[in-house]
Amino acid sequence: MSGNIYIYIAVMAVVTYLIRVLPLTLIRKQIKNKFLKSFLYYVPYVTLAVMTFPAIIHATQSTYSGILALIVGILVAWFGFDLFKTAVSCCTVVLILELFII
Amino acid sequence: MNSTLSKYSLKHTKNRKVFLNGMKDGIPIGLGYLAVAFSLGIAAKKAGLTAIQGLITSLLCNASAGEYVGFTLIAAHAVYLEMAFGTLIANARYMLMSCAISQRTEPGLSIWHRMGLSFCITDELFGITIAREGYINPNYTYGAMFVATNGWAIGTALGIIAGNILPLRLVSAFSVALYGMFLAIIIPPARKNRIIALLILVCFILSYLCSVLPIISNLSEGTRTIILTVIIATIASILFPKNDDEEE
Repeated sequence: MSGNIYIYIAVMAVVTYLIRVLPLTLIRKQIKNKFLKSFLYYVPYVTLAVMTFPAIIHATQSTYSGILALIVGILVAWFGFDLFKTAVSCCTVVLILELFII
Repeated sequence: MNSTLSKYSLKHTKNRKVFLNGMKDGIPIGLGYLAVAFSLGIAAKKAGLTAIQGLITSLLCNASAGEYVGFTLIAAHAVYLEMAFGTLIANARYMLMSCAISQRTEPGLSIWHRMGLSFCITDELFGITIAREGYINPNYTYGAMFVATNGWAIGTALGIIAGNILPLRLVSAFSVALYGMFLAIIIPPARKNRIIALLILVCFILSYLCSVLPIISNLSEGTRTIILTVIIATIASILFPKNDDEEE
């Protein structure tokens, strides 16, 4: 027996929003605990790094273009270019490389 | 409470500028989303969703892995409780991000802005929001969200309608846009701070290992992200606690 599709969507939307809204509305103060402060400071870098690699090399059709996109992205970001330029460089590198190897 | 409402009101030129800034940074996110959502749309179609239903889901949920899990559960005719639990696991990392954001907002920030900001917590929007200096100006995030979420929702609908029309070459190129942005967020601080640089290297290595080792590689990507984030950030906080005086 299958459920109603709109109820499915509603359940997804409500649960997803509750996860996002509860911490931000309940934690009103600056956390004083040194460990917690450090933990929350490191979370963004760790999460984003974990999500980037190895996912980036599996995202493209060829592993090589993914690896090259990673290297180019790191270099472009290292030299201080903004989000848009870094993202576009990665895409361009993949597009060009895959024209030749696929 | 009302003071922060008027402070961040779009009546001020400054806030409109911040909003536009957010929209500009939202463009690469929106483009990346469009491509990724396209493939999500294909999964939604398999689950029997119409383009409108896909559009609504993406506007309301604004979540990649979470929606993907949802669509597979719809296709499997799951019960509602399973749906709730699956969504919870796939999106649990947003809870950590929400905690992190709570530490970067002005202490007296109005509940409306807190609720608004919460809606914008996705991997990418969180990343660019946290990368800005000082207290978060919600208008920046709203601007980016406006562009990005529309790209996401339209991409989902297009994926349902058009299936496999977009050339693979383009999908392949677009799909690294999101990672390019992640790099633009984590690399510049790593240049200034050796601990963060080391941390990123460790994350890359462990994340790679977890994707190939038996058992743990069977877990979903979302679950692996949570486990690794909690473990690595905990160890980093014990080894390198952050001092109050070296904020950012």
